[in-house]
Amino acid sequence: MSQKEYTDISSIAGPLVIVEGVEGAKYEELVEVNVTGESVPRFGKVLDISKGRAVVQMFGDTSGMTADGARARFRGETLKLGVSEDMLGRVFNGAGRVADGGPEIVPEQRLNIGGEPMNPYSREFPNDFIQTGIGSIDVMNTLVRGQKLPIFSGAGLPHARLAAQIARQAKVNDGGEFAIVFATLGVSFEEAEYFRREFEEAGALERSVLFINTAADPVVERISTPRMALTTAEYLAFEKGKHVLVILTDLTNYCEALREVSAARKEVPGRRGYPGYLYTDLSTLYERAGRVKGKKGTITQIPILTMPDDDKTHPVPDLTGYITEGQFVISRELYRKGIFPPVDVQGSLSRLWSAGVGEGKTREDHSALKDQLFASYATGREVRELAVVLGEASLDDADRAHLKFADAFESEFVGQGEYENRSVQESLDLGWKLLTLLPQTSLKRVKPAQIEKYMPKTEAVKK
Amino acid sequence: MTNSQETTTLNNEDQATGVIERVTGPLVRANGMSSAKLYEVVKVSEEKLLGEIIELHGDIAAIQVYEETAGIGPGDVVYRTGRTMSVALAPGLLESIYDGVQRPLKKIEVASGNCYIKRGIEADAVDMSKVWKFTPTVKVGDKVESGDVLGEVQETSVIVHKVMVPPNEGGVVASIKEGEFKVTDEIVALKREDDSIASITMLQYWPIRKPRPKKNKIFPSEPLRTGGRSVDTFFPIAKGGAGCIPGPFGAGKTVTQQSIAKHCDAQIIVYIGCGERGNEMTEVLSEFPHLIDPNTGEPLMKRTILIANTSNMPVAAREASVYTGITIAEYYRDMGYNVALMADSTSRWAEAMREISGRLEEMPGEEGYPAYLSSRTAEFYERAGIVKTLGSDDRTGSLTVIGAVSPPGGDLSEPVSQATLRVTKTFWSLDADLAYKKHFPSINWLNSYSLYAQNFEEFWKKEIAIDFADVRKTAMTLLEKESKLLEIVRLVGMESLSNGDRLVLEVARMIREDFLFQNAFDKDDAYTPLERQYGILKSIVTFYDAGLDAVQLPEFNFVDFTKMPCYAEVANLKNQLKWTEEDYQTFQDRVRNEIGALAG
Repeated sequence: MSQKEYTDISSIAGPLVIVEGVEGAKYEELVEVNVTGESVPRFGKVLDISKGRAVVQMFGDTSGMTADGARARFRGETLKLGVSEDMLGRVFNGAGRVADGGPEIVPEQRLNIGGEPMNPYSREFPNDFIQTGIGSIDVMNTLVRGQKLPIFSGAGLPHARLAAQIARQAKVNDGGEFAIVFATLGVSFEEAEYFRREFEEAGALERSVLFINTAADPVVERISTPRMALTTAEYLAFEKGKHVLVILTDLTNYCEALREVSAARKEVPGRRGYPGYLYTDLSTLYERAGRVKGKKGTITQIPILTMPDDDKTHPVPDLTGYITEGQFVISRELYRKGIFPPVDVQGSLSRLWSAGVGEGKTREDHSALKDQLFASYATGREVRELAVVLGEASLDDADRAHLKFADAFESEFVGQGEYENRSVQESLDLGWKLLTLLPQTSLKRVKPAQIEKYMPKTEAVKK
Repeated sequence: MTNSQETTTLNNEDQATGVIERVTGPLVRANGMSSAKLYEVVKVSEEKLLGEIIELHGDIAAIQVYEETAGIGPGDVVYRTGRTMSVALAPGLLESIYDGVQRPLKKIEVASGNCYIKRGIEADAVDMSKVWKFTPTVKVGDKVESGDVLGEVQETSVIVHKVMVPPNEGGVVASIKEGEFKVTDEIVALKREDDSIASITMLQYWPIRKPRPKKNKIFPSEPLRTGGRSVDTFFPIAKGGAGCIPGPFGAGKTVTQQSIAKHCDAQIIVYIGCGERGNEMTEVLSEFPHLIDPNTGEPLMKRTILIANTSNMPVAAREASVYTGITIAEYYRDMGYNVALMADSTSRWAEAMREISGRLEEMPGEEGYPAYLSSRTAEFYERAGIVKTLGSDDRTGSLTVIGAVSPPGGDLSEPVSQATLRVTKTFWSLDADLAYKKHFPSINWLNSYSLYAQNFEEFWKKEIAIDFADVRKTAMTLLEKESKLLEIVRLVGMESLSNGDRLVLEVARMIREDFLFQNAFDKDDAYTPLERQYGILKSIVTFYDAGLDAVQLPEFNFVDFTKMPCYAEVANLKNQLKWTEEDYQTFQDRVRNEIGALAG
């Protein structure tokens, strides 16, 4: 393809550069722009190509760019990332360049970062339990290998600590550890550094690949960062047979970068100024998770997003929720009570839970116990609201027991602490122990035989 | 258009070419296209990417490309094919999984050699080399018209495929064969009125954007039985009706649609995964071959066709996928079958329209959607119906269309929901609060409606019970009253209620928890025949009817009411799989007696 250089740049506006007189360029083609006085070229891709005119979206910053003397070259290929198993244990910047001072990576393959849509026929349904060591997830909203399950958070909430805890503790049933691909998108330096240190201290760094784009880095770079992370993950999972856990934070910043580009292109906006194709664009990230027939490796995705004003109907969480297989919601109320991890058990949902639990995976009583804990906790919370309106005096014995149960459930079951790693059996046993606070007649979701088998006896007699 | 013309144009695609001028995402503009037709299929570039002409201005055509356009640029060639965007209709459609433009995903997997969808793959929709046993039902000399059945093929163990005279075709049977043939073999020759010969094969084509012709529509008067208690009894849909399921994420749209697809008494299911999760289609694919259809005793897959255009697959093909699906569904309807089509989710279809419209630089309507959103939506749902098909034997067939809608933030005032609500007559409103409380299906009993219910009163009277409509009405009224009473309770507490009001609350609670609540994941609970639905609901309503007088007595005590043996048994009614009409009547008598004893 043509390697001719073009010097007629007619406009530079935000992330967009328009090159005139172009011949033979293709849609999505990689463009290299050399600016006078700069040693490193800047890169972009073709967004709109008509006869003689190419609209190019730059991957990095355009500040300081001059049209005068700039030379654009169309590279005849799309943006590719060189990948290798040696990326494990390394840190990269948001544009995929080595950022830890170590040697360059010698790529085993060069892959298109946009990826290709996975054939639904070639997928295999996820059904292997992941033990995160967190009871409110393992028992109540079970995570399954190959699932995409975001964390919905809000400003000032400890989503980073929860994600780090999952990354430290997550194990598949056979005891194997995950390879972690982690990308930050426009977060603060401190948050990025927090993750790096957590991984380091937990000894997880050598099985992790980190892509760091902070708030100080170019906004549009954030559009390619998650794609590089996912391309790496796909390589590790489907070529190298690893179980990969991908953590992306924070998708709200990603969507804002998309909005910025869309506005620069003067596109008709959808809700709240976000482009109409936000759903499709997000799906090209989230759908890059799963299992494939005949491949040993899997990709499990935990994207993190902050809901502006804790609003679940904001386009970013809303469209995310329509694509992902559930969500973990972080509760401001629980966090204020000092409970960690503050997972909103009722608002959270794992759509694939049933594929991960039961005999041979966790335990035979898991499903029934989960239903019972949900039902009892819901009743307990209703009683709590009622008590506020009508006063504690209006409660009967059963109500009071439920109130006590809800408090204990939050403080003991959910609030297990940041560094406690509970096995699912321990979590299930704790669930049964808490049920002893309730009158047995109210336990309708569990079978009498299960009560007989799993409920601690002495406590039951005492109540 | 006849079948023979179609096949000739198919094999002769290099008849004319154009040159690309501009590429923006899935939209390509090409010149030199002055003789092209609107909706003509084109092959873009040397990679032969599939595209369709959606606008013509002079010699410039706007083409939506059904595959990823990276690497395409000005100067590349566009090949015309001469045919409009069509689906192939032949034995072998059932049990298939297609992408949005009817390419079998299984063949794409083989051609790609890995788990990703490569572009530029051409794959026949049905197996052209497979032979089918064709049994004629007409003989030489018979006069046949459009829609007449020429012969039959056992397509799967449950479905007989009827090979019909294509629309706009007809004449006298000049020759007919019997035996094993490929779908492209001539099986019948028809002598038309003008003495020309029409060669008929089992394979026919029909353009996806044009409804298949029928004689006339019939007023729908029979319900589609789904086994879902809140669907069948409270908010039923007709065979040939149109319904919609809007709801925020996590409210259970997909589970509800899948359970209707699994259990309903349609003979053919077309399930369109339009812009949804890949794993959902995988789930259907791995589950349906093992699930047994309660109506035939055979695996569900034998009657199912899947169209999967997941969210990350090319957006233009998503726009086409609903038309591909509904055209196939109409074809089986024309054979005289009851067909049910599920589209999950029509919001993603509308978004695909919006994206293409934006690239065409059309003037946007509300929220950036094109101005023709509501007319396209209406046209789509209007393809549902129970019809007298073409053909001289007066067959009837039905096509029921159920569309999921994914309103942003669960806000039903948005354009797609509003356009859909105007044209569908059954509305299942999925409720985030109910889902939060884990009440499933989360169909809100106050907001949802079915405009078909009054059409079914005759049917219910004849087939189920003389008082079905009354029992249903009483139950719905009780739920309505409950919602008002609960507001009062929230303000001033339970004590302020009369015994009559408390009876309403008790019985309404039974309706909610022991009738409407249904576990789609429990093998036995997921499907309740309409007869048993009536038995359960009638039993619950009996508590109200029998209790009405008792609660007026001064010595009545509510604690005694909740201690009656029959009171505890209500929760178990839905698990009594073997109960017959008499068993329910016996139970209702017990309810009356036990309540009577309280009063005594």
